[in-house]
Amino acid sequence: MDQANPHSGAYGREARAGLRDIAPAAIAAIPIGLLFGAVAAAKGLTPAEVGLMSALVFAGGAQFAAIEAWVHPAPIAALAFATFLINVRHVLMGASLGPKIRMTTLEKFLSFFFMTDESWALSERRALDRPVTGAYWAAMVAALYANWLASTTLGAVLGSFLGDPARLGADFAFTALFIGLIAGFGRSRVTLVTVAVSAAVAALVHRFIGAPWHVASGALAGIAAAYLAAGRGARS
Amino acid sequence: MTIDTTTLLAIIAMAVVTYFTRIAGLFVANRLVLRGRAKAAFDAIPPAVLVAVIAPTALTTGWAEAIAAAITAAAAFRLPLLGTVAVGVVSVVLLRGVF
Repeated sequence: MDQANPHSGAYGREARAGLRDIAPAAIAAIPIGLLFGAVAAAKGLTPAEVGLMSALVFAGGAQFAAIEAWVHPAPIAALAFATFLINVRHVLMGASLGPKIRMTTLEKFLSFFFMTDESWALSERRALDRPVTGAYWAAMVAALYANWLASTTLGAVLGSFLGDPARLGADFAFTALFIGLIAGFGRSRVTLVTVAVSAAVAALVHRFIGAPWHVASGALAGIAAAYLAAGRGARS
Repeated sequence: MTIDTTTLLAIIAMAVVTYFTRIAGLFVANRLVLRGRAKAAFDAIPPAVLVAVIAPTALTTGWAEAIAAAITAAAAFRLPLLGTVAVGVVSVVLLRGVF
């Protein structure tokens, strides 16, 4: 505690609050990161490639989707499009959080590189009753970033020793994880229609056209279904 | 420490696209207001993408995976994320022993 300098005390308090708030999410991300690294290694990625992807992309959902649809050589355009579809939610998140966070424009452009669902949600919650400071944000995203980089790379190193993940049912862990994430979007009529249409189209496209095009076509069909389903609901 | 060139390009493409989505909101702040059907379609993007990614594994691999996916979905509304993953993995291992 630096009583002589109130600013450094405030920074410390803000940083500690950020670490305290992010801790549960960071701990929960460790096994997920290990799993990501292990399955990426099983798909043929080296630990260096896994670490590089985590360092540059730093988006769990998009990385999981990319690895699940990964083939060699990597289909760059299809992966970039799938990544865009999964991460386009960031646009709304950033639009909402941008005005609430106490930073210069340059600081925002640098620090939003690290925006994730967790740090965004916690900042929005904090913004309800106090300003979100740079120290709070920096502590949160630094903890999550270091954690994700370390756990995914370690998972890739360990994964190459474990061998075939299907032996332990680990290949299904992705599917189970995604089912858990999908359940988080609720059971409204529009969501159920979206899920059903997306699943059917993706399965058919995968069968008759092949990976990774099932991701974009299934997703676009599901989005179109939500648009139509919401329209019907609005008229009735 | 080997990095394949095509893999590197794919990672860079994913990184550029992701960074774009993260900062794009700063340009449209307070100007992007979605409502009605457009909002429903936008809100549907994450679940639609997630479902499309796993549909082939869950639905067309075999009976063990399809039934395990149904069990996992039932668990997903009652358990935290890691519990859901555990239920899915255990059920697929058991079901693969049956089918």
